Amino acid sequence: MTDFSIIGKPVAMVDAAGKTTGAGKYTDDLSVPGMLVGKILHSPYPHARITRIDISRAEALEGVIAIATGKDAPKTYGILPVGHDETALAVDKVRYIGDNVACVAAVDEATADRALRLIAVEYEVLPAYFDPEESMKAETYLIHDGKPHNLEKDYHHVFGEPEKALAEADYVAEGRFIANEVTHAAMEPHSTLASFEIDPHTGKPGRLTVWSSTQVPYYLQHKLSLVLDMPMSQIRVIKPLVGGGFGGKSEVIPLEIIAAVTARKAKAPVKITYTREEVFWAHRGRPRTLIDMKTGVMKDGRITAVKARVVQDGGAYCSYGVVTILYSGALLGALYDIPNIQYDGYRVLTNKPACGAMRGHGTVNVRFAFESQLDELSAKLGMDPAEIRRRNLLKPPCITINGLRVQSYGLPECIDQVVKRSGWDERKGKLGRGKGLGIACSHYVSGAANSIIRSDMPHSTVNIKIDRDGGVVVYTGASEIGQGSDTMTAQIAAEVLGCSLGRVRVIAADTDLTPIDIGSYSSRVTFMAGNATLRAAEEVRKQIALAAARKMNCAPEDLVFREDAVYKKEHGAEVAHSTKDSGASVSGRVEGQILRGSLQQKRKEEGPKDWMTFEEAVVAAIDFHGALTGTGSYAPPAEARGGKHKGGGVGPSPAYSYSAQVAEVTVDEDTGEVTVHKVWAAHDCGRALNPVSVEGQIIGSVWMGLGQALQEEMIWKDGLLMNPGLLEYRSPSAVESPDVEPVIVESVDPEGPFGAKECSEGSLAATIPAISNAIYDAVSIRLHESPFTPERVLAALRAKRNAKAINMTEGVDPTAPTRFREHGGSLWFRGKGPERHPLDPSRREVVTESGGDD
Amino acid sequence: MKKELIELKVNGRRQELAIEPSKLLLDVLREDLELTGSKRGCDDSSCGACTVLVDGVSMLSCTLLAASCEEQEITTVEGVSEHGSLAAIQKAYGDWGGAQCGYCTPGFIMTVKSLLSSNPNPTEGEVRHALSGNLCRCTGYNQMYEAIKAAIEAEQKGMATAKS
Repeated sequence: MTDFSIIGKPVAMVDAAGKTTGAGKYTDDLSVPGMLVGKILHSPYPHARITRIDISRAEALEGVIAIATGKDAPKTYGILPVGHDETALAVDKVRYIGDNVACVAAVDEATADRALRLIAVEYEVLPAYFDPEESMKAETYLIHDGKPHNLEKDYHHVFGEPEKALAEADYVAEGRFIANEVTHAAMEPHSTLASFEIDPHTGKPGRLTVWSSTQVPYYLQHKLSLVLDMPMSQIRVIKPLVGGGFGGKSEVIPLEIIAAVTARKAKAPVKITYTREEVFWAHRGRPRTLIDMKTGVMKDGRITAVKARVVQDGGAYCSYGVVTILYSGALLGALYDIPNIQYDGYRVLTNKPACGAMRGHGTVNVRFAFESQLDELSAKLGMDPAEIRRRNLLKPPCITINGLRVQSYGLPECIDQVVKRSGWDERKGKLGRGKGLGIACSHYVSGAANSIIRSDMPHSTVNIKIDRDGGVVVYTGASEIGQGSDTMTAQIAAEVLGCSLGRVRVIAADTDLTPIDIGSYSSRVTFMAGNATLRAAEEVRKQIALAAARKMNCAPEDLVFREDAVYKKEHGAEVAHSTKDSGASVSGRVEGQILRGSLQQKRKEEGPKDWMTFEEAVVAAIDFHGALTGTGSYAPPAEARGGKHKGGGVGPSPAYSYSAQVAEVTVDEDTGEVTVHKVWAAHDCGRALNPVSVEGQIIGSVWMGLGQALQEEMIWKDGLLMNPGLLEYRSPSAVESPDVEPVIVESVDPEGPFGAKECSEGSLAATIPAISNAIYDAVSIRLHESPFTPERVLAALRAKRNAKAINMTEGVDPTAPTRFREHGGSLWFRGKGPERHPLDPSRREVVTESGGDD
Repeated sequence: MKKELIELKVNGRRQELAIEPSKLLLDVLREDLELTGSKRGCDDSSCGACTVLVDGVSMLSCTLLAASCEEQEITTVEGVSEHGSLAAIQKAYGDWGGAQCGYCTPGFIMTVKSLLSSNPNPTEGEVRHALSGNLCRCTGYNQMYEAIKAAIEAEQKGMATAKS
């Protein structure tokens, strides 16, 4: 049935008004009586042993209530069970500039800041590793004990016979691609408020409530329980509005644990909100990735094999690293039909902030390499780049060579759509000097088929309660982070129950109220929490139908729920209209909801009816069943859980989204500047439950991909981040952002809720290679390193002409503060940051000058 | 630092406040007046999430001393809703997907308000230029342009009906 009343209609998000009026509350907007401000002392060294921490002077400061250090919470944790390598505050060692050393809880921010400066920490500085390939050679001064060669994890997968297939290929392309590090930079800096209640029976601190900007409230509850040594039942995690995540809040960030640890020590509520600079240090973004890739094709364009060696610069802790390196390999499959794959992945530790999950987790950088190489091969073959992609399509339903099950597959239509809309056939190669078009494809999981913590529990559970007022309350653990999770939930519930959206209230992500859901990551919410909502609503509808059918003298299956009414099938649409006109139901009031005696009396007199209002049906159901509640849960089917090989648990998903994009660019050959004019982005999301949201997600993904393609990059100098500010990080503004034409393709997945799949991440990965391929079309240079800054473009242009390379940063030494100050880099300014970098030469002046004010 | 008494006029209401002279307008709004609609997204005036109107001009409250705004009309996002209902721009931002996570939205709303008060019918280029001081990481801005167009149309229609 495609005749929906709410699904597929563009609706404003259910929480839109709170966001546009400023009434909606994010974590940092909250306060509780007696709340203290927490401030964290960070490490100024990339790798050092802590020999002594003296907090006595800081503690003596008026207004300082408590200071927590590593010994207050020495238990290790980590988002992955295999990666418990972090402590909330450093116990013996710091591993990156910005690592957490101590936390002050004070009456106000100024006092806390003053106290930080009074904490004396003695460090024994150790040699540090900043380059993953250098780090892999390390024999001594390892970043973590038990990780020889600073290797977090390596995987080696061979499917089919890649060597043989490459030898037999007509054409082979080989090259190294580098994708530099990027970060989420969500607009809301991380914030956590932790508060203990006094237990009435023991009179001591008891239950803990934590409000936090998180994508994963249940994982947070779990890790808090682990580190604080408290039962999970004593911890309540509430997720207020979250100002963007993109993966940066999809794991437990140190401040979330530090706030609770400090609140326990201070015996008062503590709120910590990161400064923007701290957000950059907290990071967990997309790692710098080195990709050595080799792809073979036959003359007809068929891919014979791909071989990839991937090295990821993971930073100082495991974080999601093991999953990232596995995704990078697994998602070589399931987009095209590739019969032979070899993958060697290395996740390496370095002395920089930990990398983790970021939008398009694991797939983006490798996709950039693969799609660029495919473009290269199409040029070698003299084949149209769109055509070579069409020649390598999967034939679903199928299981790929690396064990991924593909059912719905909208990629062919995605390619057709962007080719048609961009005028590809007529315009490609004919735009004139410096202008070009490029195409690329991508895909992504609709949630991971295997959860991080191995268990048989469902990934999502949803409860629904309907009371006599006819209001539908949906309780879901799914986390709204701006992607429209709550709206999706309300839409599905309303569609199934045939009621208006205004009746549905969504209570989400509060571990005391809502049933468990593993969180908002890997684009799992629509598919998994959506299916759970669907099932819960169907269970409630069944109960209503049973009671209503008795009243109407018909079989429950003969009832239709639509437009706030329940009616017999044969009565169809005119009933739905008459209910609207009667004014009884839509207004939301029915006489006798409470005084049901009189309603029943009235009914008896009238005899059975052909239809009932939603409220009447609800009242009948409650009278019949005693209460009206339903529950639904979702666990991915066993056949979608992937192969049995080591690491085969990452990559499988119940469904994959597909995306194809064409980018139009101009390259200025004098300055090296790349301008993206327009991106046509077709995305197969199964079914668009809320088209305005789906389009928003597609545009947002393309835009974030554009940022990574052209300007965003974390620049490091000996472990120090050179650009820890939104201005210096250079996320595109409205002026630099291209038009994006989103095209929704609906392949209607057999298992998705109403056929829906992922729509928030898959598009991102195609944007970078689409732009790179367009640059090739424009000026015939193949860029192997992202972002495609003017410097890199110019270097490639000069190399093509065999001209001498110009080093544009020649002579700009970041250790020379006079030069660097002009550039930004806020850590280098006096008075900013916890302590100046040891490499900063003017640091020496500070010591002698006493005070050192400018 | 010793507190001093200042008087601010915020969203049409006079407020007498004892604050430190060094306190930023954003902190006064959020902490002393509990108007948490204005957000802090950075610390150095690079994101625009804290945008408010001071005498009708959009300003970044994170780099403005509260004490310097005495005698001026300050409008925050909380002062935009008219008579308890959404203003046209707020409605349009919701309908057209101009807000996703919503954290940057109050800043954008204030910037757009300031733009439309001086230029009621801006071209897309003018809109892009005006919005370039505000950062959004969710939307890619495209749906905001639609929202702004829709809001202008709604305003004009509203004015036309008011006249007739």
